[in-house]
Amino acid sequence: MLLTAADWQAVWLTLKLATLVTMLLLLIGTPLAWWLARTRSVWRGPVSALVALPLVLPPTVLGFYLLLALGPNGPLGQLMQTLGLGLLPFSFSGLVLASLLYSLPFVVQPVQNAIEAMGERPLEVAATLGAGPWDRFFTVVLPQAKPGLLTAAVLGFAHTVGEFGVVLMIGGNIPGETRVISVQIYDHVEALSYAQAHSLSLMMLLFSFVVLLLMYSLNRHSRLNFSLSRP
Amino acid sequence: MFRLHRHGIASLAFIGLLFFSFLVPAQAIAGEVMVAVASNFTAPMKDIAARFQQHSGHTLIMAFGSSGKFTAQIHNGAPFEVFLSADQVKPEALIRAGFASADSRFTYALGRLALWTTTPDVDVCAQLHSGQFRKLALANPRLAPYGTAAQQTLAALALTDSVATRQVMGENIAQTWQFVSSGNAQLGFVALSQVMSGGHINNGSAWIVPDNLYQPIRQDAVLLKKGEPNPAARAFLAFLQSAEVTELIRGYGYHRE
Repeated sequence: MLLTAADWQAVWLTLKLATLVTMLLLLIGTPLAWWLARTRSVWRGPVSALVALPLVLPPTVLGFYLLLALGPNGPLGQLMQTLGLGLLPFSFSGLVLASLLYSLPFVVQPVQNAIEAMGERPLEVAATLGAGPWDRFFTVVLPQAKPGLLTAAVLGFAHTVGEFGVVLMIGGNIPGETRVISVQIYDHVEALSYAQAHSLSLMMLLFSFVVLLLMYSLNRHSRLNFSLSRP
Repeated sequence: MFRLHRHGIASLAFIGLLFFSFLVPAQAIAGEVMVAVASNFTAPMKDIAARFQQHSGHTLIMAFGSSGKFTAQIHNGAPFEVFLSADQVKPEALIRAGFASADSRFTYALGRLALWTTTPDVDVCAQLHSGQFRKLALANPRLAPYGTAAQQTLAALALTDSVATRQVMGENIAQTWQFVSSGNAQLGFVALSQVMSGGHINNGSAWIVPDNLYQPIRQDAVLLKKGEPNPAARAFLAFLQSAEVTELIRGYGYHRE
């Protein structure tokens, strides 16, 4: 393996990004999936469609509009500036926000499927035994939805590791800040340094395989819920 | 009766013509050339293609993108017949690997660098020196010759260290332009051709970087092996060297040898 210091920096940055994004997505995505699975509101359809949009939109297009929206002339960028928070493009925080949007359906949908598959029965039983809504969520829903949550974590993590088009648009290719593995590989390919591109790609491939293999082995007894439904 | 007869002759002639057109190779009437073009040359290329079609009747099918990507694609069987690169290195590499003919290579344009901002009536050079900007965009020096030229310019102005933490890199010159035009970077080193047409800066303000601050950006064209049997491909390369095209290219801010 001939990985340079710059390659390792990109690897480290990617792991940091994917871990952070996965944790945040589980925090945001689980209540959202819970709501989507249970609600009878008219908003269910529109919200499901919004969540699934990143599955359809090309990442470079998503990245381009984020660049415009988060920029100094965009509505979000102007809001950020008014709040004194600084601008997001070309920063690690910007990548985190973009990845949250980009990987959202990969976390929400498995959790939603798991909760829907569970049905009403366990909750009704818990309720008759005197469990309140929060109690039911933490002691019934979460343990029952564990395979779905695990799937969500793996997919969210893997999808963020492989992110490219979005980063290319709003990242600015800054070493240690926004230059993730996929961009580093692309740089090697464009510069005709194919050997370096191969080494880094191989490492990424092996890493992804091992992570997925571990998850599958850990989850051998409870069936993994790997289907993604499109609205 | 007579009308019907005339109609019959006309259809016969039409059928004959159709038959004839199948016998004659398409290229002899109006050929097509597949051209891969470095993205910095997009605007002049569209102009050149329209004129070439008028002159010769041949049609250019154009793909715009980064030279590195095209090189990889050509190595792997892409159907391009002519390649207009953003540098000299990649056409050379293609010749060495046997994908292009050595005698066809020539410099079709000398690229020029501009420091650009979307704000009108600004002394852009002074703004660079004073440091009154949040981000400075440039193309990745490892991938784009315009990025290398930008780096050389910063070094010549002794500004490399002071802008180091504020520079953002586009993967090519088109993305660098986007960073500036969306306002996310206040200043950016772009290709002069991206902000100039008809000899004028068409948006915001620009400082045309003096030629002595960076190595000339030589952009080479080459005939690919796939284009060798196609006379239209050779005709296009000849047209690219004509006085008319030289004049046109200058209007977009390129030099010509």
